Amino acid sequence: MANGESIAVSFRNVSRHYGAVKAVDDVSFDIKDGEFFAMLGPSGSGKTTCLRLIAGFEQPTGGAVAIHGQDVTGIPPYDRDVNTVFQDYALFPHMTVLENVGYGLMIRKVPKAERQQRAEEMLGMVALSGFGGRKPSQLSGGQRQRVALARALVNRPSVLLLDEPLGALDLKLREQMQVELKAIQRRVGITFIYVTHDQGEALSMSDRVAVFNHGRIEQMASPAELYERPKTAFVAGFVGISNLIDGALAERLTGSAQPVSVRPEKIHLEPARVAAPADGQTVSGTISSILYLGANTRYLVALEGGGELTVLLQNRDTHFEPTQGDAVRLWWEARHLMRFAS
Amino acid sequence: MSSASASAAPPSLLHRLSTVLYVRPKLLLILLLVPPLLWLGVIYLGSLFSLLVQSFFSVDDFTGKVVYSPTLATYAGLFNETSLGVIRRTASTAAVVTLICAAIAFPLAYYMARYAGPRAKAVFYVAVMLPLWSNYLVRVYAWKLILAKEGALTWVLAHLGLEAPLDWVLTTPNIGGASLGTSMIGTTVVFVYIWLPYMVLPIQAALERVPRSLIEASSDLGAHPRETFRRVILPLSIPGVAAGSIFTFSLTLGDYIIPNLVGSSRPFLGQLVYQYQGTASNLPLAAAFAVVPIVIMAIYLSAAKRLGAFDAL
Repeated sequence: MANGESIAVSFRNVSRHYGAVKAVDDVSFDIKDGEFFAMLGPSGSGKTTCLRLIAGFEQPTGGAVAIHGQDVTGIPPYDRDVNTVFQDYALFPHMTVLENVGYGLMIRKVPKAERQQRAEEMLGMVALSGFGGRKPSQLSGGQRQRVALARALVNRPSVLLLDEPLGALDLKLREQMQVELKAIQRRVGITFIYVTHDQGEALSMSDRVAVFNHGRIEQMASPAELYERPKTAFVAGFVGISNLIDGALAERLTGSAQPVSVRPEKIHLEPARVAAPADGQTVSGTISSILYLGANTRYLVALEGGGELTVLLQNRDTHFEPTQGDAVRLWWEARHLMRFAS
Repeated sequence: MSSASASAAPPSLLHRLSTVLYVRPKLLLILLLVPPLLWLGVIYLGSLFSLLVQSFFSVDDFTGKVVYSPTLATYAGLFNETSLGVIRRTASTAAVVTLICAAIAFPLAYYMARYAGPRAKAVFYVAVMLPLWSNYLVRVYAWKLILAKEGALTWVLAHLGLEAPLDWVLTTPNIGGASLGTSMIGTTVVFVYIWLPYMVLPIQAALERVPRSLIEASSDLGAHPRETFRRVILPLSIPGVAAGSIFTFSLTLGDYIIPNLVGSSRPFLGQLVYQYQGTASNLPLAAAFAVVPIVIMAIYLSAAKRLGAFDAL
């Protein structure tokens, strides 16, 4: 498995411009061998273009992409040791599931018997044994997704690229596939590069996450680091709920008008009459809306002096259940206040 | 809501009709389908059936009148050397025209579907369709002039010093003739020109339906462009080629104007039908000849189906 030191994919000052549009703009990063690496960002942020640069569907307009130390500039997709799971699965409709999975092996002239055996094995790994004779049109969305995964993995690529592979699945299936993908990645030990706009997906599966915005990387870190110590207001807002505090309130809390933020679950919510602890930062407000989510409840609190904060409380059997319009006091430990690089 | 509508004026007739049709979608379906089904069923299939029936009658050689008693004697008229020669000539020309059309149309359709931008695509659409906007006879006569002995094409070839090869080609038995305009080559050229749009459009539609991601997936899995073409693009475009070939093949089988105006004097099936039902007034034999293209098409379609031409549909 990964020795942690060798680099699977490296970007050096890579740009991909389409005329005046800078889809990817001077991006540099390294992805380690065996890593589960997520590229997270809103649509049009450049994450998919980065994936296509690694696959070879796009060529950089500046900089260089290297796979295992080899500069792959000008090398077409069919000569790269990477495989892709496409967002729309891209299964060949005129072939059976087994033929789809065996396609890469057939192209590389693997003998038929071995090809079929490896394809069957791979179908077993994605829990689709016995589906080999069907056509893709006879499968459900989740099953097609697994076939696409098997078709890519059967070639034993050094890097697997996944382009929003769970985007078309419903929530339950998506969560189940997240667990399975992670397990499969551990088992095969291949570097997974995973493009998604879903922060939950990126946080739950990845070793590291790169957050993209406007063709650049805002921050690259482990999921916990990214969530607890976002470097920019954009990252704080895109990963989790933003809860941005600025203006006069920010000035009172930190002494400067630079925006700061605090995660909703770090905030304590108490009746206005209860005194706040001495080491906490305190603000007052009124409950403006309540969103009941089952395991927890999300309160939107309008702050005294403008602005609002979201507070997330677990629905334990507590003594305090505020209702809309109640005057409340919010407080949090000073270390939970997140400041951003300007 | 209900109290408001109760006090309001009664709904208009049109409104009530809409409601009736909305509640009974089957009634709407029947109303929509009956006129076209009447057209197809009674007028089209009916006339086809009466044609078939005609072919089982015969003509009294002495009086020249149609004898209305069922017989297979008329069909015997198809199985002499002359008639079989006509059938063979027509079917093989149709096959050649189809092959040439496919060979010309595919690259064109491929460019339109995969590479052309919206503007270029519009230009190509117009270019392909434009011939269909002008009169068929005018276009065939135009070709007659182009292919004539003193015509533009011979003139150009002569000035390019290609007279000798042209003469050599024209001496080829069966397909040659005194000039391009009076040879089977000329007939084939005009057929290809006239039916080409019917081949381009279905292939283009089929190619357009192949998502780009399939082509990327194939190359991602190690296939060179040539292999991607052979294993992904071509199989998925075959239904389009098959649809186009049905047009070019059947239209060539049935046409009688082009071989009449351009080509050798040896007749095609359509010309025989025209002659027998007109000047010769032997309607049963004309009907029997008209059945031939139908049988050939039935054989063609079942062969195409067996070869899997429609599997990717």
